[in-house]
Amino acid sequence: MGNILELKNINKIYGTTVKTQVLYDINLGFKEGSFNSIIGQSGSGKSTLMNIMGTLDTPTSGDVVVDGVITSGMKASQLASYRNQSIGFVFQFHYLLPEFTALENVLMPYRIGHKTVPKETTDRAKELMKLVGLEKVMNNNATQMSGGQQQRTAIARALLNQPKMILADEPTGNLDSLSTETIYELLRDINDRFGTTFIIITHDRRIAEKADRIIEITDGRINLDLLKNN
Amino acid sequence: MKLSYQIATRFLKSALTQTLIIILGIGIGVSVQIFIGSLIQGLQKSLVNTTIGNAAHVSVTDDDDGFIKDYEAVIRSAVDADDRIVAASPVLNASVLIEKDGESQSLLIRGFDLQRAEDIYEFSEYLVEGAMPNADGKVLLGVIARDNFELSVGDTISLITPDKRTVECSVSGFFDYKVAAPNESWCITTLPTVQAIFELEDVVSAIEFQVDQDLVFEADAVAKNVAGAIASDSDTLIVGEWKEANGQLLSGLQGQSISSIMIQVFVMISVVLGIASVLAISVMQKSRQIGILKAMGIQNGSSSLIFLFQGLILGIFGAIAGVLLGLGLSFAFTTFALKPDGTPVVPLYIDPAFIALSAAIAVVACIIASLIPARKSSVLNPIDIIRNQ
Ligand SMILES: Nc1ncnc2c1ncn2[C@@H]1O[C@H](COP(=O)(O)OP(=O)(O)O)[C@@H](O)[C@H]1O
Ligand SMILES: [Mg+2]
Repeated sequence: MGNILELKNINKIYGTTVKTQVLYDINLGFKEGSFNSIIGQSGSGKSTLMNIMGTLDTPTSGDVVVDGVITSGMKASQLASYRNQSIGFVFQFHYLLPEFTALENVLMPYRIGHKTVPKETTDRAKELMKLVGLEKVMNNNATQMSGGQQQRTAIARALLNQPKMILADEPTGNLDSLSTETIYELLRDINDRFGTTFIIITHDRRIAEKADRIIEITDGRINLDLLKNN
Repeated sequence: MKLSYQIATRFLKSALTQTLIIILGIGIGVSVQIFIGSLIQGLQKSLVNTTIGNAAHVSVTDDDDGFIKDYEAVIRSAVDADDRIVAASPVLNASVLIEKDGESQSLLIRGFDLQRAEDIYEFSEYLVEGAMPNADGKVLLGVIARDNFELSVGDTISLITPDKRTVECSVSGFFDYKVAAPNESWCITTLPTVQAIFELEDVVSAIEFQVDQDLVFEADAVAKNVAGAIASDSDTLIVGEWKEANGQLLSGLQGQSISSIMIQVFVMISVVLGIASVLAISVMQKSRQIGILKAMGIQNGSSSLIFLFQGLILGIFGAIAGVLLGLGLSFAFTTFALKPDGTPVVPLYIDPAFIALSAAIAVVACIIASLIPARKSSVLNPIDIIRNQ
């Protein structure tokens, strides 16, 4: 299978007067359906890299190629549609909308792209809530849930549009180890079931070792790119 | 659209106290606007009404010998020429002296076709004592003349003409126009009475017209039409109208209208600034939500619509609150602030079209006020939100 996402000679420099280079000549390709982890010290540039992969941020030089198209040539509205259709984000801080219920939050990516929500989509949202073990609290407001529940809701939300790729930035960063374990089981399970590509940032080596591929970033450079053959 | 609208309502509901305070703010602004507008319009209407409510709006006189002979023909031409004319009445005016016990005073004796003149002067409305003259030789006097000469109904008065002839008339009643000039010096009677006193044939000195009371400010246009239509009847007739004789009143009214509009404009500006600043703060408060929505792919247009909808919703509820408050205030004023005779201290004029306009302006103003926050929301870059955690 081909690469769903490719990074070519990515450099990222922050600041205009005081320049800080955060990423140096990154070249990476991700296979469709693969389960990847990115590890590295805090401040090594992982989040910066992920935001560039997700088209939220732009590299100072180099190209991001999605489905064979260079993203720098796309208009803001095209990028927004692409993100809506093809990427599911899970951030360290879940980012649910506190004005909406858990189920409404899960449905949000679909509503952004469509005028009306058919019953099948609502049913799928409920199915996903069940998958993440939250069918009992899906009508709670986002603020009336525990951290772990909110993060699982964010995962269900990332899955709703059946994106080809899920980008997760330390999705379990502020969870206890038991919740962390459950969430990783869940992500692996989804990867197996739907063939969704996963790129997960973590600084938990135990978790990283469960991935098919481990990429280690050190000071903005790829220090290690380990592909497990199982 | 639908999503932006729903997010807008959720944002407003999530900060309900803030939302209610803004709505109240807009409401107070709109109600002040409605109240002041109704007050000024009411004052102007009553001022115009006291000035010209019982007076000719347009009048035709003769420039040659002061008398119009074929007056019925002139009336017909004029009424046919302009359908804004609602009343027409011929009158023969003349000066006489009233004398009693050695005291004398000049009177304006006015001979009317009483039936037709009723449409303009509403004699029966202002008659406070006695009855209308039911035969020639009977007259009505004002209450001031009555008190000055200690007269009562049925008395006979002596009138002296400029050529020193004395004529006797009997007083059939007294009127009170609540204005000094007519109360003091008008002597109202029938047209044949005046014609007889002055030994004239069937002539009048003026023809008076009233136009529809909502169109009084078009009197100059009506006068122009009338002048055109009667030119063929006689070339010595001249047409006058109330506006040329009341320049000061008109400029007073205009000044009042301008200051009323100024007040309303400034009230609206402060409302707009208030909403704009609250919504601008709201974009900051909700930037996290906007950021995540954009990361999930909401279009910039939809994200600005969220704030335009908030402006629209606030505007609509604010306008409704304002109309209710404004009407309530007006109602309270006209019901509880009364003069001893039971009429309101301030005569408010409730004009539905004006109220609808005020409400519409408020809604438009709120949408305009939400343009800046909408723009901020549109240009908000999600990376700034995602990165800062
Ligand atoms: N907006 C910014 N301006 C300047 N430096 C930044 C900015 N954002 C991040 N950095 C710096 O870039 C480096 C990489 O940050 P980040 O990508 O968040 O690393 P990680 O996710 O691996 O902890 C850090 O040294 C950080 O201080
Ligand atoms: Mg990070």
